[in-house]
Amino acid sequence: MGWTKYPCRVAIVIVASGLGFSSICNSGGRASAQSPDHERSLRAFSIVASVLTSPRCMNCHIAGDSPLQGDSSLVHTMNVKRGPDGRGTPAMRCTNCHQDENSQQPHGPPGRPDWRLPPPDKRMAWQGLNIRDLCRTLRDPAMNGGRSTAQLIEHVRQDRLVNWGWDPGLGRSVPPISHDAFVAHFIEWVQSGAACPEDSQK
Amino acid sequence: MIETTAKTTLTVNGKQRVVDADPRTPLLWVLRDHLDLTGTKYGCGIGQCGACTVILEGDAVRSCQVLLSRAAGKQITTIEGLSNDRSHPVQQAWLMEQVPQCGYCQSGQIIATAVLLSSNRNPSDAEIDDALSGNICRCGTYHRIRRAVHRAAEIARSR
Repeated sequence: MGWTKYPCRVAIVIVASGLGFSSICNSGGRASAQSPDHERSLRAFSIVASVLTSPRCMNCHIAGDSPLQGDSSLVHTMNVKRGPDGRGTPAMRCTNCHQDENSQQPHGPPGRPDWRLPPPDKRMAWQGLNIRDLCRTLRDPAMNGGRSTAQLIEHVRQDRLVNWGWDPGLGRSVPPISHDAFVAHFIEWVQSGAACPEDSQK
Repeated sequence: MIETTAKTTLTVNGKQRVVDADPRTPLLWVLRDHLDLTGTKYGCGIGQCGACTVILEGDAVRSCQVLLSRAAGKQITTIEGLSNDRSHPVQQAWLMEQVPQCGYCQSGQIIATAVLLSSNRNPSDAEIDDALSGNICRCGTYHRIRRAVHRAAEIARSR
């Protein structure tokens, strides 16, 4: 057998393979900075981020307790608050005004079933984050509502409030790319390692 | 758009009512035009002022935004159904504090207060502000409204 003539080479290959495997495991299965997928993943996330930072997403993924509204992301009128379950406060529940569908009247409230904010214990807050921290927040189950990357894909593909972003009703802009393109880039980001920009790339 | 009417059953102020209307009719117009319950007011028509507030299954909804189809089979309480003898704590407090000036927004203010007190028997000023900030009063009776909410809470707790 040929390999028995070169036992050191075989050992080097095994050790090298092990180091590589160890590196992937230590990065949680993500592409390392040396991976050929890394740059592709970063490019995909930059496109994903252009959607996440649009008013349709950011107006509800807020840092405080008051949602924003409109393309200018002004603080929601009427002193609306997140409340204990993300669905508002007594006598000011989100669905008191927001119905299962968009109002057809100018300046009327947008709507989808179970209109709400993220709950206070899983805020998924993106407001004010740079692209690096936005990426890390999205990827971290402790900050993304306990979702794996597979569950994140399902969320952006199927969630009714996410899909509403592309059907926001009169007077509201849509994100910069289509929902199909958003989902495709999101999947590409995940499948290429869910890489996030490094500190130097804020 | 073609209007199609259908018979829809609601429970309004404890009574079962059947209305023949387009299921996309706002609840406000069903209450006012079909059931002649005109205590609920039309203010802005876009859910911005609170004048049309009624109770739908315990929530203080804006009836100008709620379609009849959402209200089908549900329990609805309007200002006329809060009590039949003005004995509801919020009605009592509103009389004692002489809250209204023009009065147009007051049925919405009273309904929203009743919903607040159903879940919070002793609200703070901040909690009152949170609950009632969606009910606009152009006369600016907010100071009397807040006083009346505290008084209504006292009356409710004493019963």
